Order: sequence, then structure tokens, then C-alpha cells
Amino acid sequence: MNETHLRNLIEAALLAAGAPVPLSELSRLFDEGQAPASQELRAALERLALEYAGRGIELKETASGFRVQVRGALASEISRLWPERPPRFSRALLETLALIAYRQPITRAEIEAVRGVAVNPNIVKTLLERNWVLVVGQRDVPGHPELLGTTREFLDYFGLKTLDELPPLAHLTAMADVNLQLDLGEDAHAKSGEAADGGMAPFADEDSAEDEEHPESSATASELVASGPRLDS
Amino acid sequence: MKPTLSIVVCNSPPASPPAEAQPEQVEMPFAMVNGEPYSQLPHDLYIPPQALEVFLEAFEGPLDLLLYLIRRRNLDILDIPLAEITRQYMQYIELMQGLQLELAGEYLVMAATLAEIKSRMLLPRPALPGTDGDEDPRAELVRRLQEYERFKRAAEEINELPRLERDVWPTYAELKERQVVRALPQVTLQEMLIAFKEVVARSQMFAHHHIERERLSVGERMSDILAALGTAGFVPFMQLFRPEEGRMGVTVTFVAILELMREGLIDIVQAEAYAPLHVRAAPAGRTLHVVADNTPTVPPTA
Repeated sequence: MNETHLRNLIEAALLAAGAPVPLSELSRLFDEGQAPASQELRAALERLALEYAGRGIELKETASGFRVQVRGALASEISRLWPERPPRFSRALLETLALIAYRQPITRAEIEAVRGVAVNPNIVKTLLERNWVLVVGQRDVPGHPELLGTTREFLDYFGLKTLDELPPLAHLTAMADVNLQLDLGEDAHAKSGEAADGGMAPFADEDSAEDEEHPESSATASELVASGPRLDS
Repeated sequence: MKPTLSIVVCNSPPASPPAEAQPEQVEMPFAMVNGEPYSQLPHDLYIPPQALEVFLEAFEGPLDLLLYLIRRRNLDILDIPLAEITRQYMQYIELMQGLQLELAGEYLVMAATLAEIKSRMLLPRPALPGTDGDEDPRAELVRRLQEYERFKRAAEEINELPRLERDVWPTYAELKERQVVRALPQVTLQEMLIAFKEVVARSQMFAHHHIERERLSVGERMSDILAALGTAGFVPFMQLFRPEEGRMGVTVTFVAILELMREGLIDIVQAEAYAPLHVRAAPAGRTLHVVADNTPTVPPTA
């Protein structure tokens, strides 16, 4: 097949589809028995990507296939085309999404255990509605909690081909690696320090707590106070 | 004039200063204090209790608040000065009380956890046999904090990934004339057979049925044979058949004879090889049971 024609055909197909097109879909464009081998298609796609280098658009492979997209470097200018701001996602949503993406399949309870707060049902609803997250099954324990996992749409949205392309998680440092404050001297020190702090009395009766807390709270307040004028002046 | 300050809800904790203003972008002042515009949050801005609702929104729970307290002082997460952190944490909790009751629950659990760890730190820890020595009482909290921080970072990194609607947009080209091209399907023999089976099944829906009673009953024939034998003693085998009934009738009679033999109600005898068979009713006493409802009891042999 003519190389130029192949390139044009692929380019046109990607633009006409308006969504990621997988290789299998591309090979369906050809008459029966005429479809080039997938290596040939891939080579043509690579040539196309090279031609786009230095242009306003780029070829990107994501989980669902290949798409032609606006080059990321032009985002700030191109976004002026639309009056509305792009959707912003709360930290709670992103943290929930991150847990599902890295720990899938995961239950809501497991998400809560890591984040230390209840999972907001609206967040899960948003993730399900956006089709980023899917109920992939139920854990075989009492209550049969739903297991959540991410979808191809999630990867497509964030421009990823596979889950492996997610940014790597930070390493955990074991506590055994640091010097534990176990010897007596430090313990004694900690004890006296804490006694002076009055830290033992967070739940003591109010009077004594106030008396003891007062000096530090003013100290902390001064640390916290803005460098500008006091608000209560 | 009383100075006014308006707090702007921001998603990041107030301690982390907002991203450096980009040179080409003129930032709107978010607050006017004594007529002076403020375009950057002062570092560690004091938050009045009234604004706590806004402030707490910025924290994603007690772990997040605790991490903030630790990171603000550049403290090592693996070696938290628990007294100090607990004291600060309690200050926030006290500020919070009465304002954010629905949020307070999870925050109070953490307060109790901190107090518990602190008291365990103060107590001597005898090395119990069977346990691998002293575990720092903070270990579990540190694990949770680290785990939470990992995913907090991961969430931030996911947020930085170039994504649709914000950083990249799919492109689209119009197709001027769209022809519907239907590719001929590949049909396998198996699919053809399945289709044919369905057609046959459907054609059977139109078949006519004529239901008629069973004309020849084995039970009835058995009774007839016993009645014929009852008085006559030996009857030639051939005589029991009525050829005019056709193949079906002959078969039914034959089955009836076999059935009667099985029941022990008749005897079949043959004088010699190739001689004609003779049938007679079995002697009384060998009757086992009634063969069929419409079969009369075996008449006693003469």
C-alpha cells in the first residue's frame, strides 16, 4: 500500500473518530484481506507522530487507543476558547481516586482506613458517573462490600496507557530505621518536657487546663499570627 | 475605621504559600487590610475561630491536620515529638468544638489516640516474652501518617498529569459525506446451522395436532387374553392374534402375552422343537397381583 495513502487514511480516521481508536479498529478500515499488518500500522502511526513534532497537535496513545490531541504546551492559550473554567477536582476526590487507582480492587472501608475520614458518597458517585471507576466485584466477606477499580476512561482522561504509567508511590520508611527513644535519659527528658507542657491534661477540668495552657497558647498564637496587623486591633 | 479581612476559601492548607505568582499574570488582591491590597496569604496566617469552618475544609481529616502540624515545623515524621504535636492538635480541636460538631467525631478519635500514645510513651515498657521487644507506641500512628501521605502525594501527582478538558483536548475533523458501508459478515457453518435450527423450530409452531385416544391398550389386551384362556385350557398361540388389526394390533397382543408371562399369569408350552406353541392360564395360587386396573382378577383354572 502507498505509504502516503496509509498515513492520510490513519490521520483522517483518528480525526473523524474524535475518540481514541485502537489498532484493531484501524485495520477494519481496509478492504478484506488488504489490511496491513499491525507492525505496519504501528510504523505508520510512528511516522505520523514524527510529522506532528513541532506542530500544534500531537499523537498520543492511551488505554483505549490512539488519539490526535492539542499539544499540552498550548493549553493556557487554547483554554481561552471556552469561557468556562476546566473542571477542578477536590483533594478528597483525588485522594479517593488515587487510592482506587493504586490499590484496586479496594473497598470503601479500606479507603476510609487510609484517609482517616468517611468516604463521601457524592465523590464515589461522581467517579462512577464520570466512568472513571467501576464496581468490579464484591469481597467475599460478611456484608459483601463492593470492590472498586478504575476504567480505561480514567486512563484516557489522564493520558495514560496503562496503570503502570501512574506516578510511582513514595516509598515507606520503616520506623525501625530511626533511633527509637528508648533509653532512660531520653525518656526522662520526654517526661519532664511533657509535664511542663501540661500536655497530660487535655481532658482535665477546664480551669487547670486553661491555666496551664495559657502560656503556650499565647506563644503558639504569636507564631500563628500574620505578619500583618493584628486582626482584633 | 475597622480593618476588614475577607478569607478566601482555598483548597490547600493555609500554611503552604500559594504558588508563586507567574510574572505574566497579575493577581487579584484577595483581601484589603487598611486599604492595602494583599495578594499573598501571610505565612501561617492566624485563623480566627469564626473562619474555622473554612479552615477545616482545607484539611482532609485528622491525618491531614496532623501531617500539616508536623510538616509546618519541618519535623521528622518518624520521630514525632508527641507532646508538642498533641498540644497543638488539641488547640485546634478546642477551637473547633461547638462549631463543627459533625466533623468533630473523627478529629476527636485522633485526639484520644494521641493522648493514649502519649501516656504509653510515659509508662515503662517491660519486654514481654514472646513479643519482639519494645515497639514504639507511635509506630502505628506513624504508619498511618506515612500511608496517608503517600496517597496525598499520589493525588497531587495525578492532579498534575496532563488531562483532558484542562491540558489537552481531542481533535476532531468533520466528515463531509458519510456513506454507510456495511461490511459483509463472516458467516460460519455453525451459525448457519443454528439459524436453520431456529427456522425448523419456528415451522413446528404451525404443525397441526390431532389428539386421539389410544386405540389399543396393552392392559386391555391382557384382560382379553386371560378371558379367552380362562375356560378353554390350552389355546394355540397363533389363535390369540387377530391379523386384521394390522401390525400394531399384533404387536400389542404380543407385548400383552409377554407381560402376562412376566407376571406369571400364563404358561406357554411347546410339545417339541418347532411344534406349535400353546398357551394356558397359570394355575391358581401363582397369581401375584392385578396387572392393570381394568384387568379382571384371574379366573381360577378349571
